[in-house]
Order: sequence, then structure tokens, then C-alpha cells
Amino acid sequence: MAVLLIAEHNNKELRSFTLNAATAASQIDSDVHAVIIGQNSADAAKQLSELPVVKKVLSVEGAHYENFTAENFAPVIVKLAENYSHIVCSANTFGKNLMPRIAAHLDTSQVSDIIKVISPDTFLRPIYAGNAFATIKSNDAKKCVTIRPTSFDPCESTGGSAPIEKVDASEEFSNTKFIKREEIKSDRPELGTARIVVSGGRGMQSGDNFKLITEIADKLGAAIGASRAAVDAGYISNDHQVGQTGKVVVPDLYIAVGISGAIQHLAGMKESKVIVAINKDGEAPIFSVADYGLEADLFEALPQFMEELNKLNTIQK
Amino acid sequence: MKILVAVKRVIDYNVQIRVKEDGTGVVTDNVKMSTNPPDDNAIEEAVKIKEAGKATEVVAVTVGEEKAQETVRKALAVGADRGIHVKVDGILEPLAVSKILQKIVDKEKPDLVFMGKQAIDDDCNQTGQMLSALLNWPQATFASKIDVKDNKLEVTREIDEGLETIEINVPAIVTCDLRLNEPRYASLPNIMKAKKKPIEEIAASDLGVDVSPRLEQLKVEEPPKRKAGIKVANVAELVQKLKNEAKVI
Repeated sequence: MAVLLIAEHNNKELRSFTLNAATAASQIDSDVHAVIIGQNSADAAKQLSELPVVKKVLSVEGAHYENFTAENFAPVIVKLAENYSHIVCSANTFGKNLMPRIAAHLDTSQVSDIIKVISPDTFLRPIYAGNAFATIKSNDAKKCVTIRPTSFDPCESTGGSAPIEKVDASEEFSNTKFIKREEIKSDRPELGTARIVVSGGRGMQSGDNFKLITEIADKLGAAIGASRAAVDAGYISNDHQVGQTGKVVVPDLYIAVGISGAIQHLAGMKESKVIVAINKDGEAPIFSVADYGLEADLFEALPQFMEELNKLNTIQK
Repeated sequence: MKILVAVKRVIDYNVQIRVKEDGTGVVTDNVKMSTNPPDDNAIEEAVKIKEAGKATEVVAVTVGEEKAQETVRKALAVGADRGIHVKVDGILEPLAVSKILQKIVDKEKPDLVFMGKQAIDDDCNQTGQMLSALLNWPQATFASKIDVKDNKLEVTREIDEGLETIEINVPAIVTCDLRLNEPRYASLPNIMKAKKKPIEEIAASDLGVDVSPRLEQLKVEEPPKRKAGIKVANVAELVQKLKNEAKVI
């Protein structure tokens, strides 16, 4: 039986992690169908049909799907699940919210946040904030799997031409009402997919001081991250949090500034290719994962860092 | 309004876990255990709602081995009124826990069920959503703000793009983020008082729920280690290394 991929989108276009989830789905079985549920989401459905790994697109439209409420999404997918061996989506807040609701309806024990497909029924996933990796075999007839997007490369996005089939909408779930979404718009790269991330922690001491990070991020074309301590202290909004309960990032370069390196933060960034730590406490645990450690006061080091960057003839973007 | 709060006993968040040499799991003997951190936020929120006069009773429930009862006792010490301990040994998957909690909900008939958004041991992030599916109740996951309004809750959820606000009708499930509140510490007098509060013990087998695992944990291993890095003397050296050695800028 084929694999059903749940597409994540904003009704206009696919969200980029759908491409990573599609790769994981295609590693489970080459026959990947993708379902897109939304309101006026035809453009996103068309984009989905152009992914070469996707063999068929199922499109479900309805006003009650506009805001991606799990209570409305789950019944549609549960109905479709009959024809599929696996249901797959990204383990970001969209998939984390939705998939267990589907799994419970299907009486399936979900496998969360996999980082590798070992075989169609066996997966590798991190546990204990990534301090251990567990190999998990699912014995359920139908498998519900969420994938860690940063552990799979995005699939090709053009060249495919899968047929798009309309599927009937399910009834509206009336006990949950969407009120509003406050998305923080930024011209910077997305945190989850950025090539460089510059993150600040409690050591930044204030939200204002984050401008030292912003300057450098702009210069490097980097996204801005933060430790939970910095978000809790109100220095920066929650969508910047990197860690066990925030986002997982694997950039080419991760610069941790004034971050001590609690286990929970390391969980979100220690797979980065190159890690830089700038901290005045030479004993801070962040240095244990850093390729390059600089023991210095960040309020002196960051302006110097900016100066040094300005001296460079070229900067990779 | 009655609030049921589910709590889980996990390895303390400060402990650097060790993988067992035989690859069957992680070492738990002589390791400090605590309540799963966001479950503390769930208890705190329930107690605050009761203190604000909007709830009449807070019941803490845990599912697990004998010692899991410590988490219920702790919840009682910070303001829960009574406890329930569903006793079961061995590995419990979120699906099994949600089925057990469904039985407890049938029995207790709470208006709200709170729990942490994720347990920091298995990092599954499933139980709340599964329970709400089984009950066909609304779910407000990753909550960082809750306003109780008559028979509705307005909940602010932390999502990847920022914040989302939804309104859900009671009865409902809320899974709590660490930013929801600041859990209080139990005072010594309250810890003493908590010892007198009742904890009902229920054998999972009496609930008629199949809790046998569906997943096999074939192996648990250490993640690959990063190779040791170096300390640089100054910013100029750092930038030079990033440019010419790591070639990332």
C-alpha cells in the first residue's frame, strides 16, 4: 500500500518542510500520495503535484480548513487512511498537533520525530533531548510517523505532474474556534532552514542588546535564534527558540552567544556542522560542543566580530 | 468546574542521561527523578484557576509504577485537592496512557484535562492530542496563556510561526508549554498537609484497557560524538578560522 503524506501549507503555497517530509515518505515507499487540506489552496495543490516523488495529490477544500485546526483535519485523514500503510508528516508544531489525533482514531501507536528510515517499519528517533537514539519497530498495521524535517533533505520541487483528485470535506468540528494568528514577519531566512544561525541567550541581558546579534545576522544573511532563557525573559519572541521544546536547527554555522548550553538547548542545535560559542564563562557546557570557542565578554566580542566581518572582501550568502 | 491534571515521573531535567551498555535503554537506577517539567506548569495553572474561584476541584492523576506516586504527592503539595494513581509496570506508550486517562475521565467527569505538552524522556508529544481524539473533545496544545470564560477557554498557543489564539468549548484538553506560568515551590507545611490528602490507587488491569506495547524498542544507543573543538584567542582569529578553515562565511 502507498504512503500518505500530509502537506503543510499556508493556503497559498507549500511550507518548505513538506519537501523534507516528502523525501522521508519516499524512503518508506516509492508510491507516495499527498493530501492537501485547506481553503482556496489550489495553487499549493498544484505545487504539490509538481514534486516528482508525489504520485497523486488528494485535495480537500472547505472554509473550516482555512486555519489548519487538527480537530477538522483529523477526520478527513482518518477516512483516507483506509487505503494507506503509512501516514507521514513533519514533526513541527503543525504535525505534532495533528498526527496523534489521527493515530488515536486509527488505534495506532505513533512514532514521533524520526531522523532516519531504516525500513518501512523501523525508524531511528532521538529520545531524552537527543542524548540517546532509539531504533523503533512498529507492529501496528497502519503506521503514523512524524519526521524531523532537518534530518531529511528536501525533495526536488519541480518536474512532476501528479494528478489532483478532489476529496469530499468532512463536517466541521464546532467546539474549536480559530481567533487569530500572530505571525512574526521577517526578511531574514527562516530559522529552520537557514544556512547560518546566530543565537543569543540570557547573557544578552536585554531585548535591546539583541541588536548586536541582529547586525551580525544581517551581515551574514543569517537567521536569529535564542535559548529558552532569552525567550522566557522576554528578550525575543517564542518563534526564535532553539531546543528540545523549540525548533531543531542544523545550519552550516551556528553561533551561540551568551548561551550556557543546557542539555535542552544543545538538543536543538548540536547537529549543526560548525558551532561557535562566545561566552565569558570558560566552563560553560556550550564549549563542549563548540568547534570554535571564544571565552570573552560578548559586549566586547560582538562589535569586534562585526568589525572583522566588515574587513572581509567577500562573505558567502 | 473540575480540572484533572495528568503528571508523569521522568528523569530530572538536569541529569545527563547515560545509555545502558547492553543497548536496552538508559540508566535509571540511582538517578534523580522528578515531575515532567511542563506537567508542573499544568498543575500550577489548574491551581491558579481554582484560586481565582473559577474551578472547584483539582485532581492530579499519574499512570505508572509504584514510585510514580511521588509526582501526585508533589501536585498535592502545591495545591491539588486529591490524587489518583493508576498502577502499571513496564513500558507505556502514549496511546496506552491516553486510553487509561479516557477511563479516568469517564469516571471523574472533569470539565478540563491539563497536562504538559511533551514528556522530556521519550519526547513523544502525543498523549494530550490522543486523549482529546478518544474523547472527541477540543484540544489546545502548546498553551502559553489560558483565559477561562464561563464554559469556554481562550488559549494562546505557541506555534512555529509565532502565536495562535483559539477558543475552545468545555470540556476540553489543554497541553501546557513551559511559558504558561511559573510553577510555585511546595512549602514545608504544605508538603506535610499533602501527606494527608487522599490518593486513590487503581490497578490498570481493572480498567479493561489493553496497554501492551505496539512498538518494539530494538536498540538504544549513544548519538555520534562531536569531535573536540578548539578555543580561539580573539575575535580576529575566530573570523579567520571561519573564513579559511571551516569555510562557512
